[in-house]
Amino acid sequence: MDKYLEMIRIRFLMMLAYRTNYYTGILIYSINIGAYYFLWSAIYGEKDAIEGMSVIQMSTYVAVAWMARAFYFNNIDREMAAEIKEGKVAVELIRPYNYLGMKTMQGLGEGVFRLFFFSVPGMVIVSFIFPLQFSADLTTWLFFAVSILLSFFINTQINLLTGITTFFLFNNTGLIRAKRVVIDLFSGLLIPISFFPNWAQDILKYLPFQGISYVPSMIFTNSFSNNEAIQAIILQGVWVIILVIPIQILWVIAKKQLIIQGG
Amino acid sequence: MFYIRIFFQYVAQYMKTRMQYRADLFVEIFSDLLFQAVNLIFILVVFGHTNLLGGWTRDEIIFIYGFFLVPYALFSSFFNIWDFNERYIVKGELDRILTRPIHSLFQIVLERMELESLFGAVTGIAVMFYAGNSLGLKLSWADPFLFLLFVLGGMLVYGGIFIMIACISFWADARTSIMPMMYNIGNYGRYPVDIYNSVIRFVLTWVLPFAFVGVYPAAFFLGKEEWFLYSFLTPVIGIVFFGISILIWNSGVKRYRGAGN
Repeated sequence: MDKYLEMIRIRFLMMLAYRTNYYTGILIYSINIGAYYFLWSAIYGEKDAIEGMSVIQMSTYVAVAWMARAFYFNNIDREMAAEIKEGKVAVELIRPYNYLGMKTMQGLGEGVFRLFFFSVPGMVIVSFIFPLQFSADLTTWLFFAVSILLSFFINTQINLLTGITTFFLFNNTGLIRAKRVVIDLFSGLLIPISFFPNWAQDILKYLPFQGISYVPSMIFTNSFSNNEAIQAIILQGVWVIILVIPIQILWVIAKKQLIIQGG
Repeated sequence: MFYIRIFFQYVAQYMKTRMQYRADLFVEIFSDLLFQAVNLIFILVVFGHTNLLGGWTRDEIIFIYGFFLVPYALFSSFFNIWDFNERYIVKGELDRILTRPIHSLFQIVLERMELESLFGAVTGIAVMFYAGNSLGLKLSWADPFLFLLFVLGGMLVYGGIFIMIACISFWADARTSIMPMMYNIGNYGRYPVDIYNSVIRFVLTWVLPFAFVGVYPAAFFLGKEEWFLYSFLTPVIGIVFFGISILIWNSGVKRYRGAGN
């Protein structure tokens, strides 16, 4: 366990060394939030509420969805792809830790860093610019904390899956790009799932993506009742467990057919 | 003439290298398509809840998006200078460029072109025809020519802005993240400017004129007469911004001292 904690710490320190990159990152995210804020304001127009959400809840949704993305988002799929292509993965495999576990911990180190240096200050800045609404209810924050951690795990597991495909496809830059676009849409980052037409909602219900952005953002904006929130969090947890299965299967197959050239 | 000949020689070489890895090319085009589809889905879903967006209908917004895709496709095919700083200044590659017999910027355009992005233009035109059809738009004889003019204007606006930002590297060689920021600001131009507040509208029209890549020119084909003046300004703004960017580029190149050995 110690070595994984150490991994989180090292990644955190590594990110700290390059922190200037993050100030512009906040600006970029604020620009995106702004674009969607104006769009949604225009969409609401005179309407008080759409699908049970007021315009302020919507702006808060957009802001928190983007800022939370900074926490759960990571590039471990690309890192894995690079390590596999360069053959570095051979060294990683003989080291005394679980490669996938170690990658997850690196992602978590990155996430924790961005939570403190990106999401939190970003959220404060954005709340000065746009009218947002923060919950005063402690349980909401508690639910949100649990939910956002689970969304990190779901997103990371999907990244691990994409990363492992490099063993079979060799070049998966296109796949990684496509995955990112699909997740932005289906996770509810761009539009809350409840805004989709019913048939699409029925399909999305059975996919893990809504656990990435939709659930924590809905909890944060108080758009879920306590019961709904608990159910959604349980569902997130179930997905974390389910996703372990394909990862393990693919990982075992991948290790068997791995050929490292040279070294 | 010499420039045109060189251009086509580079295009031919480019095709050869890309055709070598067809699967890769296919996946890239596919993920571009997916990205455009996501933006369209966004518009469609949003209009499931409202009939008008700042006074514009669903099909009009789709039309604007379709139009935007065409100059954007041209821009991303020929102006891949977002990594100019790392690729040419920091590594000293610009030394090599300057020894070539053609204008340095043109040489970079040739080297860095990504013709597969042109597929975006095909998608864009298809989207425009679809939206125009459901709006009942009529095509007059002048429309194709104006379309071409506006598309080129839009491309020059995009190109001009990004060249200017690339030029920052001539004066300050630190890495800046302005480039990715610009790509995000560019997205604002895809929607009618009336939905933004007046400051943003002013910026999108005169400072970073991204509105001339999407809404303004598209408004002409949609018959929105209150925007006609802006529509016809598109090529002017394009030429002005591109012209200024070339001037800045030239004086930047004069300042360039090379990096390392």
